[in-house]
Amino acid sequence: MTVKVEITVNGESTSADVEPRLLLAHYLRDQLGLKGTNVGCDTTSCGACTVLLDGESVKSCTVLAVQADQQSVTTMEGLSSDPENLHPVPAAFRAEHGLQCGFCTPGMVMAAVSLLEENPKPTEKQVREGLEGNLCRCTGYHNIVRAVLAASGQDPDKAEGSEPDVVAPGFSTGSGA
Amino acid sequence: MIPVGFAYERPSSVDGALALLAEHGEEASVMAGGHSLLPVMKLRLAAPELIIDISKLSELSYVKVDGDEVAIGSGTKHRTVEASEVLAAEAPLLAAVARTVGDPQVRHRGTIGGSLAHADPASDLPAAVLALGGTVVLRSPRGTRSVPITEFYTGVFSSVKEPDELIVEIRVPRTGGAGWAYEKFTRRANDWAVVGVAVVDGRVGLVNMGQTPLRATATEEALAAGASIADAAALADQGTEPPEDLAGTREYRRHLARVLTKRALTTAAGG
Ligand SMILES: Cc1cc2nc3c(=O)[nH]c(=O)nc-3n(C[C@H](O)[C@H](O)[C@H](O)COP(=O)(O)OP(=O)(O)OC[C@H]3O[C@@H](n4cnc5c(N)ncnc54)[C@H](O)[C@@H]3O)c2cc1C
Ligand code: FES
Ligand code: FES
Repeated sequence: MTVKVEITVNGESTSADVEPRLLLAHYLRDQLGLKGTNVGCDTTSCGACTVLLDGESVKSCTVLAVQADQQSVTTMEGLSSDPENLHPVPAAFRAEHGLQCGFCTPGMVMAAVSLLEENPKPTEKQVREGLEGNLCRCTGYHNIVRAVLAASGQDPDKAEGSEPDVVAPGFSTGSGA
Repeated sequence: MIPVGFAYERPSSVDGALALLAEHGEEASVMAGGHSLLPVMKLRLAAPELIIDISKLSELSYVKVDGDEVAIGSGTKHRTVEASEVLAAEAPLLAAVARTVGDPQVRHRGTIGGSLAHADPASDLPAAVLALGGTVVLRSPRGTRSVPITEFYTGVFSSVKEPDELIVEIRVPRTGGAGWAYEKFTRRANDWAVVGVAVVDGRVGLVNMGQTPLRATATEEALAAGASIADAAALADQGTEPPEDLAGTREYRRHLARVLTKRALTTAAGG
């Protein structure tokens, strides 16, 4: 059985007859040749495959292409108009050395774009929590956090250590009133 | 990993989804956010012949005040529950618990109905709905019924939901003014709870302390009889049968339940 899907990817309409079991990550990489979206763990853990679905970060290894039908997807390739004119988030990753091998980078960048959409001026703690769905085996995260703070227009040196006003999961955390 | 092939239907209404479920019975699975179902299909631990995709049914996505309860559509995403102003005012525990589920990407897909239907005792939201004293509204071609959450779960991954039923709504009492707290103990960021404790208005819901989400009844009764928080919390593991796995032994989980209950009760009391 195949199903026809129409998905707007990086502003352009795309269409294909696909098996229902085709994952969105494979639609992007294999059907459209957009290899900027990496597949790391394939188990919803690492975040390397993160793309925006109608503007929100999702892990494309855990979304069926048929579920994205009639929706719009943005990948790393669609963020910047050209290499000389980078979107503010990848530009900040470059300026702050927010990557080493670069494997996690597309997912990190897309997760950060979604985070800044929901919270345009995050504290350092909010950036760390907002990226908890993305793993990086190289950088130790420090410069990634700085890059996201810089992309939000804040001075990473001043924003660092700012108020932890949102309580999130982690070791033995709690919230209440 | 690629799931076993399956047929796919995307009905345009709840009635359409119910008709398909009635026709195909146990060979079919509904898929909401797919964030529990798709991972097990990729591991080939599940291989439904038909997926009925309800993820785009906007009629299942809402949060609204209805009398002295808040009604939440089963298709409402964790992120929407987390950010809901209605819930922040009327049942802030639920919004805070939704915020601890997985990570932002998971919360952008997973739904409250999927979470309750999946019936994993390690899930956060079922214990929160249990502490709130909520109700699960089920619909099938045979009609609609409301099941108190205290009667919904029957074991690990099992509930009283019949194969032809959809969860359409979750209802929780308005508890805006009551003290509440959620304590979730995890080994790493974005992990599942080793143990979690949800407290609201003197009721205590436990995550991952048995086959189903549980109420810490001995603690609740002690509190109602005037015991101190410390004394009541010391009873939090009574009647539980926590699992034993790599994240912790049974005894460790019992200890965590007592400690986290004390913390949660203290926070809920304004301490
Ligand atoms: C990486 C990762 C981390 C996670 N971390 C956590 C966590 O920390 N805490 C936590 O609680 N959860 C966690 N989850 C699970 C997450 O909350 C899921 O979203 C949720 O358990 C299932 O919701 P869903 O909408 O994705 O359901 P689906 O995966 O679509 O469905 C799950 C099951 O419920 C059934 N179903 C779905 N909707 C309905 C309905 N309306 N009526 C009847 N049956 C229905 C399906 O047929 C299926 O059997 C995590 C998931 C992932 C992938
Ligand atoms: S490849 Fe999708 S989360 Fe790792
Ligand atoms: S830069 Fe190598 S994994 Fe992040």
